[in-house]
Amino acid sequence: MSSNKKYWKSVEELDENSSIVERLQQKEFVEEIPTDEFLGDKESLSNSATTRRDFLKYVGFTTAAASLAACEGPVIKSIPYVVQPERIVPGVANFYATTIADGFDFASVLVKTREGRPIKIENNILSTSKAGVNARVHASVLSLYDGKRLKRPMANGQNVSWEEFHNQVGNALNNVQGEIVLLTQTFASPSTTRLIDEFSAKFGNVRHVVYDTVSEDAALNAFEAKFGTRALANYDFSKAETIVSIGADFLGDWNGGGFDAGYAKSRIPENGKMSRHIQFEANMSLTGANADKRIPVTPSQQKAVVAALYGYIAGGASTSNLPGNIDDAVIKAVNQLRKSGSKAVVVTGLPDTDAQLLVIAINQALGSQVMDTDNPRMIRQGSAQAVSKLVQDIENGSVGALLIAGVNPAYSLPNSKEFIEALKGVDVSIAFSMKEDETAKLCKFIAATPHYLESWGDVQFTKNNFSLMQPTIRPLFDTRQFQDCLLKWNGNSISYYDYIKETWNGSLGLGSWNDALHDGIFEGTIPGVAAVLTSETATAVNNSTSAQNLSQAGETKGYELVLYTKVSMGDGQQANNPWLQEMPDPITRSSWDNYVTISKADAEALGLINENVANGALNGSYVNLKMDGVVVENVPVIIQPGQAKGSLGLALGYGKKEGIKEEMQVGVNAFPLYKDFKSVQNVSVEKASGMHEFACVQLQNTLMGRGDIIKETTLEVFNTKEVEEWNKVPVVSLNHMETPVTSPEVDLWQSFDREVGHHFNLSIDLNACTGCGACIIACHSENNVPVVGKVEIRKSRDMHWLRIDRYYSSEDTFTNDINKKDDISGLGESLSQFGELEQPGDNPQVVFQPVMCQHCNHAPCETVCPVAATSHGRQGQNQMVYNRCVGTRYCANNCPYKVRRFNWFKYSGNDEFDYHMNDDLGRMVLNPDVTVRSRGVMEKCSMCMQKTQKTILDAKRDGRVIEDGEFHTACSAACDKGAMVFGDINDQETKIVKMKEDKRMYHLLESVGTKPNVMYQTKIRNISEA
Amino acid sequence: MKKVKFRHSTSRFLLLSVVFLLSFSALSFSQEKQVSPDAGQPAIEVTDAPGSALGDPANGKSLFNSLCAACHKPYSKSIGPALNGITDRQSLEWITSWIHNSSAMIASGDAAAVAIFEEFNKMPMPAFPQLSEAEIGDILAYVETPKPEPQAAAGPVAQTGGATAGGGISSNIILGILAFVLLMLLVILFLVNRTLRKFAVASGVELPEKEKRTPIWKSFVQNQFLVLVTAILLLLGSAYFIYGFFMQVGVDQGYQPIQPIHYSHLIHAGDNQVDCKYCHSSARTSKQAGIPSLNVCMNCHKSIGEVAEATATEEYSKEFYDKEIAKLYDAVGWDPATLTYTGVTKPVKWIRIHNLPDFAYFNHSQHVTVAGVACQTCHGPIQEMEIVSQNAPLTMGWCINCHRQTNVNIAGNEYYQKIHEELSKKYGVEDLTAAQLGGLECAKCHY
Repeated sequence: MSSNKKYWKSVEELDENSSIVERLQQKEFVEEIPTDEFLGDKESLSNSATTRRDFLKYVGFTTAAASLAACEGPVIKSIPYVVQPERIVPGVANFYATTIADGFDFASVLVKTREGRPIKIENNILSTSKAGVNARVHASVLSLYDGKRLKRPMANGQNVSWEEFHNQVGNALNNVQGEIVLLTQTFASPSTTRLIDEFSAKFGNVRHVVYDTVSEDAALNAFEAKFGTRALANYDFSKAETIVSIGADFLGDWNGGGFDAGYAKSRIPENGKMSRHIQFEANMSLTGANADKRIPVTPSQQKAVVAALYGYIAGGASTSNLPGNIDDAVIKAVNQLRKSGSKAVVVTGLPDTDAQLLVIAINQALGSQVMDTDNPRMIRQGSAQAVSKLVQDIENGSVGALLIAGVNPAYSLPNSKEFIEALKGVDVSIAFSMKEDETAKLCKFIAATPHYLESWGDVQFTKNNFSLMQPTIRPLFDTRQFQDCLLKWNGNSISYYDYIKETWNGSLGLGSWNDALHDGIFEGTIPGVAAVLTSETATAVNNSTSAQNLSQAGETKGYELVLYTKVSMGDGQQANNPWLQEMPDPITRSSWDNYVTISKADAEALGLINENVANGALNGSYVNLKMDGVVVENVPVIIQPGQAKGSLGLALGYGKKEGIKEEMQVGVNAFPLYKDFKSVQNVSVEKASGMHEFACVQLQNTLMGRGDIIKETTLEVFNTKEVEEWNKVPVVSLNHMETPVTSPEVDLWQSFDREVGHHFNLSIDLNACTGCGACIIACHSENNVPVVGKVEIRKSRDMHWLRIDRYYSSEDTFTNDINKKDDISGLGESLSQFGELEQPGDNPQVVFQPVMCQHCNHAPCETVCPVAATSHGRQGQNQMVYNRCVGTRYCANNCPYKVRRFNWFKYSGNDEFDYHMNDDLGRMVLNPDVTVRSRGVMEKCSMCMQKTQKTILDAKRDGRVIEDGEFHTACSAACDKGAMVFGDINDQETKIVKMKEDKRMYHLLESVGTKPNVMYQTKIRNISEA
Repeated sequence: MKKVKFRHSTSRFLLLSVVFLLSFSALSFSQEKQVSPDAGQPAIEVTDAPGSALGDPANGKSLFNSLCAACHKPYSKSIGPALNGITDRQSLEWITSWIHNSSAMIASGDAAAVAIFEEFNKMPMPAFPQLSEAEIGDILAYVETPKPEPQAAAGPVAQTGGATAGGGISSNIILGILAFVLLMLLVILFLVNRTLRKFAVASGVELPEKEKRTPIWKSFVQNQFLVLVTAILLLLGSAYFIYGFFMQVGVDQGYQPIQPIHYSHLIHAGDNQVDCKYCHSSARTSKQAGIPSLNVCMNCHKSIGEVAEATATEEYSKEFYDKEIAKLYDAVGWDPATLTYTGVTKPVKWIRIHNLPDFAYFNHSQHVTVAGVACQTCHGPIQEMEIVSQNAPLTMGWCINCHRQTNVNIAGNEYYQKIHEELSKKYGVEDLTAAQLGGLECAKCHY
């Protein structure tokens, strides 16, 4: 059943005695306006030199002067090109295919450029490699215009020319004593590999160490042991019927990410079937939030779960030493896996080679078609062992020259203190960096490198899938690529571009080179490299030993800390990107912070609290985390429903201090706890003093009793019951008769004719939406949405046009709860069962719901605007006219969906908001087709009017009919999961018409009768056990 | 913002006074000057021997202009060499065979021919076998006309009070004289009156005393009704003017700034009939009509280094225009002496005349390509503008009016078929206006 479930947004709401919840429900503005602050101080008021009359005079004069000055228009200059480049037409966008490969994110993208400026990242729909365009990739265009970027090379702290730089470095390299070490990110670039080989040949005594900031070492080791290649197995979840994940956040950044598009395909019920997803995990991750069944278990128990799974499926065991309830879950999972056979898959994110080996063995035993080991992923190459050894060697003094490219070890190494000390002893240290970051600051030479949108490159995603990187703008600063520098020092005079072409000369001819560059991707094999044997190598891998090792993983002391990466921040490379900082975490809904997540029981035991202050903002206690002498102090705490007892979570990538704006220096650096590059650590926790102020969205207000905002049901009900039972159209009273709200008689309004021309609708599938947030950033960059900063977010003044709401619900339905209560007999039973009822926060179910302006056909906002600044178009779009708006905010008050955003300030060119819109460089990212809103006006989603209008105009110019799939909004184009479908419902051929007629379709708060043009597809959970 | 079009009324008054004075000092006014001979083209009218030994220069001129002028100039290098003096350098037979088939001469290895070919970047000259020897003689006669001396009087005519010329002068003078006569009469009357009074006082005639009355302003103040009516009128009047003042704030109709290069749309779009979209090509595909990049100018101005004499007007002399072309060469980095690009460019900072506010979205291609609206509909008779000014007010009311009145051009456009069918049924009309198609919706232009 759908509608009788109780949804809640924060733990606070579950507390019946909380006064704040009550107050928030009753009163929108709980806090008194602090007029006393400026009126209460009688003394200073009377002592003021400015009398009231003087004040009015000043106001009068300045207003008059300002209005007089405004009468004269400015002289605007227009400067055309002297020689216009052939392909640039002012006002028309060009698209180029390129590739991001920053060592953490790898994806083939389309870049939209205007007048030679990249302004937006889009999905490359031609891309076949499953490396997704996530929120960070969408935001990476803003990192191009980062004011903190290095503008020229430096030697010994002085700005130098490249010529001088090459001279000095060349000399130093030729006279180096000891080993030359290249410490780099994973380039996954065949040309770079070839180049480094040549570099080694030229200088001799060269070692190349690949360092992944966030390591996949265990999985790489396991794959290497099994198949002889250092790579990662690839997974195509679209083929999966059963997915069992043990601690793998595969919808996040697990194994390089990008699995979510395939996963979403398997989640949409088709012919009564959808995949079943079982997740064993400690942190409440994005993946766990999407799972049909989630079992919170600590990492040490997860190891035992892997061992037990292996035992049941491949090892022939019939029992395990797991606690009863977990063992029960494992057995159910095993049955499910067996039932699906080759359509089943098991994955794990445990930083343990044994666990990874077992998982491969389980998948092989199942004959899983989901796992692909023939065409493995090459986008993680780092070796924890090699990095650790390198740090030792530097300390020993055997390293003469250290070239660091694309990584920031002084910030991200767990033993960064030792590294920093040791680095001082290295004769020649060169950092190839875009920023003067922690590492670059310590190096003698800093080579300023370009952003990927200014670079050439080739990338090997998987063994057979390649992609090319091409510049989309001339370098903004005096920068050179790492590879160009190596070429120079190798004594090779050609450019890296020619070098790449040379690499692919044999396998890509001129025509196919141009095609590959145009498409951005191509398939093939690395030329000159003998096909590596992918069949199982003879290496004896003893699975039963691994299983034994795992199941004997002893009891742990203290808390088990699980380090993870957020979808917004990743490994922290783009920490100076305000879009990402302000993007709320999909689970905790907090922005501008990282924090320790802890279960409610543990928090109570430690005396840690979360509380909502009077304006609804969240405060939390601090803790200190200790591990073998490493102390991370003052980490704020968020009590996370669903967190496994005895475990903690903490995000990496925060707490940077160098090469980053002051506003963006938020959070704590968790890398010191990342010992041996393992994401699971044992720590002890102690409470610290003080309270942290979080900047959470959505948590400030309550649901106000409107629980029917989400509709969900189970696959079983969906398949067997009538649609009225699980997706009922709300009824209202008409002459004391229950009448469906969709019938015209109940309508107060005269409807306009919407049959003519285009009529746009947007469908959002709650089953396919994983909550990844790519649409949020795509919307930001398409619509020039400002960044408001932590303080303003705390005041609920966030400007996101599109938000993804997250709702928790307890596993059982309300009716089940009531039944359970009624059935209780006897005191003993009542004690235990009431206890269960009282703890809905232990393991909640989660729903993600993207919400933007619903473009109601009967919009409540339109009728209350005193100046008609918001009106309705025939195409279904609710139109907001900024130049007409006077800022009464009546519309926002009358909007049932809270999607209208008020510009409290002028966010562009304002020193108080020192984000990208405050400097010329950052403003280059603005979309010239969308107005930059000013202070005092309302704004909201326009359903990407500029995009629909452009599509229509293009068709008009060509004199043709518009095909299905041409219309897009920024969010629907960004959603590679297909959760968002946009189109014209007056064209009967389109997909959106089918979505509208789907029985899962419902409208948000339909009972209000707003008739929105945005629709949702009911969430279906596959909860039936096999 | 400079508004050159409207002169200040005081300046007009001053001008009138000057006219008034002038009418007494210089009644005979010099008439328009003779058209001075062109410095770039031979002035055949003034040559002493029109039918010189070579042929008829008049016929030669028409032949030259139709066949040769694209690449040759008589007195200066262009794509090909300057032709004046060619008969001294080469024999008549050589010239004739070159004209008939130059490439054959080069192929045959004629030293002079090869040298010319090399000098001018190996640009082959098309063969003109159709030209008879007599016609070639005519052309040579034309190009061998000696270069006329530039006349000293050819300098730019002052742009000051140029309005004095022509027939207007007589009426002004008559008016001036009349005014003067009236003034004289007034003075005389006043003097007569004074003299008569003196006589009366002297002869003891008693003048009647005027009765003391309340001054008119006092009685006005005492009449409350009148005060009220006047106050209302005053208020209404000032409200009218204040409203008018505010409504024109930001409306720059007539805005006519001085541009860094004096580019004349009159010459290009008017006299030479260059299509608007030849230069403003992006109007076809983009929201911006675009100011042409300088390489577009050079498509023609590579070979047009100076204007024809006939281009010069009273206001702008040939020298003036030639200087403007020189400014273009300077900006684009073209060396007219060597006919090569120097690579030193100085982008031109034009002053934008038509400025829409940032919150209004206007797309040229929608209007130009889809609707087929002529540029002149909004920009006015641009082909007649020596200096471009803003023709339309560019206010929202102006946009809306046009959208209400203009029928959408749907002919042959498949996109419109369905919607036109549906809408014309709905409204019961055959032709649909832009407004009926949704052209008045706010967010079609504001987003």
